[in-house]
Amino acid sequence: MLRVPLHRIAHGRTGDKGNRSNISVIAYRPELYPLLVEQVTEARVAELFRDRRPSAVRRYLLPKLAAMNFVIDDVLDGGVNDSLNLDTHGKALAFRLLDLEVTVPLALAALLERDRNPADS
Amino acid sequence: MATDGLAIGSGAGFSGDRTDAAGPVVATLVSRGGPAALIFETLAERTLALAQIARRQDPATGYEPQLDRFVGPVLKACVEHRIPIVGNFGAANPRAAAARLQALGRERGLPRLRVGIVEGDDLSDERGRALLREYLPPGLAARELVSANVYQGAKVIADALRAGADVVVTGRVADPSLAVGPAMAHYGWQETDWNQLGRATMAGHLLECGAQVTGGYFADPGFKDVPDLHAVGFPIAEIARDGSFVVTKAERTGGLVDARTVKEQLLYEVHDPAAYLTPDVVADISQAEVSELGRDRVAVSGVRGHPRPATLKVNACFDGGWLGEAEISYAGPNAEARARLAAEVVRRRLGDALRPRFDLIGVLSVFADDAGRALAAASPGDARDVRLRVAAAHADRGQIERLLAEVTALYTCGPAGGGGVRTSVRSRLSTVSCLVPRERVPARFEILE
Repeated sequence: MLRVPLHRIAHGRTGDKGNRSNISVIAYRPELYPLLVEQVTEARVAELFRDRRPSAVRRYLLPKLAAMNFVIDDVLDGGVNDSLNLDTHGKALAFRLLDLEVTVPLALAALLERDRNPADS
Repeated sequence: MATDGLAIGSGAGFSGDRTDAAGPVVATLVSRGGPAALIFETLAERTLALAQIARRQDPATGYEPQLDRFVGPVLKACVEHRIPIVGNFGAANPRAAAARLQALGRERGLPRLRVGIVEGDDLSDERGRALLREYLPPGLAARELVSANVYQGAKVIADALRAGADVVVTGRVADPSLAVGPAMAHYGWQETDWNQLGRATMAGHLLECGAQVTGGYFADPGFKDVPDLHAVGFPIAEIARDGSFVVTKAERTGGLVDARTVKEQLLYEVHDPAAYLTPDVVADISQAEVSELGRDRVAVSGVRGHPRPATLKVNACFDGGWLGEAEISYAGPNAEARARLAAEVVRRRLGDALRPRFDLIGVLSVFADDAGRALAAASPGDARDVRLRVAAAHADRGQIERLLAEVTALYTCGPAGGGGVRTSVRSRLSTVSCLVPRERVPARFEILE
């Protein structure tokens, strides 16, 4: 088994409405989508953002897109008009989620995104 | 499928967007030939409130400040090739924007422009306020209302286009409706053609943030590379009669459209994928599929539509007091410890009257929470280039000035080697939303000739 950041198998984007954040998590390869569904759960995402005290975390599955959509309530300190954060929208939060560790069987290692940027390999 | 469909291009995705983006989009629409429209989305929540403030100071303003730079370069080509322009660049003053658009037309030697003005969204007058008192949470009435606008839909835009408008200028409308309006007008869809409206809504959703579907906001070097990001082209959706569509982009530009860019933007600001609510329809992308047809061409299928909500969303902006921010840098040996000590000095100087947020930029900042739980839990490290940021909000500007003074005083009274103090004070707005039955807030249009 390989332990890698989610960033090696998925990409995503944050959106915000008021005090609610949504983060998409999209498998680069459909073969790895079941692994996302199994490991990137509502409970793990709630734990990841626990210092922001989410009141609810919901996960919507979109198997035809090999994607998941996380909707995380009350994590933006009031949202774009009220937060004191430099990033009032929480736009960076997708990359916090993409740092979550996932476990990939060795048999699927060839499907990992290779970092082609030597500075970060 | 869509070469004979309606092509809708995006000229801008927000008020601060690039003003040279629309040119290549219009050139592509013109060379393509068939029916086309161009949309501009320039109205974030805060933008409209700022426009309302500007209008109060000068009744001739209150529309998109960049209107000339957005529309000026493409107006002549659009009018001459019968490409209607639809934009929410009317902001808090669509009438003034319409007059300015006509002047832009005159300056370019065009025949008198027919400008469709969409109104009815502004609820900041006495009648609107009375209505809002019924629907907003109690207690807000006492606060100073800056702006209040209802999200209008596509039908009124379609009506203005059918009445022959060259340009349709709106205030607040749902962003995807900017694209649904031209499609409704072109294909003669009814307000109950839910599947068609649902599909066109998702086309509009993909267009409304400009480059976010064509490689903007996407690049992640080594993982998601984007060619010529500096010259990213803006999107075009080719919408067929049944509402299904292909996403592509302006010719001879940078960026890319592929399954990944479309998926990311499809889910952007979406909550339940089976129920994306707009004034026009409840769009359902739970069964949507994307397929790459060729270079920079992606088809989106499987989108459905369900009957629209009975209510419309209203955003009301209130005076939100003052936001103060102040920063100072520490670098080199023991920099993080010096920055942490500086934060402690400011905290003790301010006492209980003001409880600011502290960021240690270079250690932990945007991932952290306002209450400081994440920062408190992070064990001190040895970061060598750290910028302390202190931020607070307060109704009393004097409290904010005190914060800025305390950070400034760190120059001589704080830890060793602090430099580069910057401070700022800004007024804040706070937003409250509510739902209003749609029949109580009818949209209307008129053609300015």
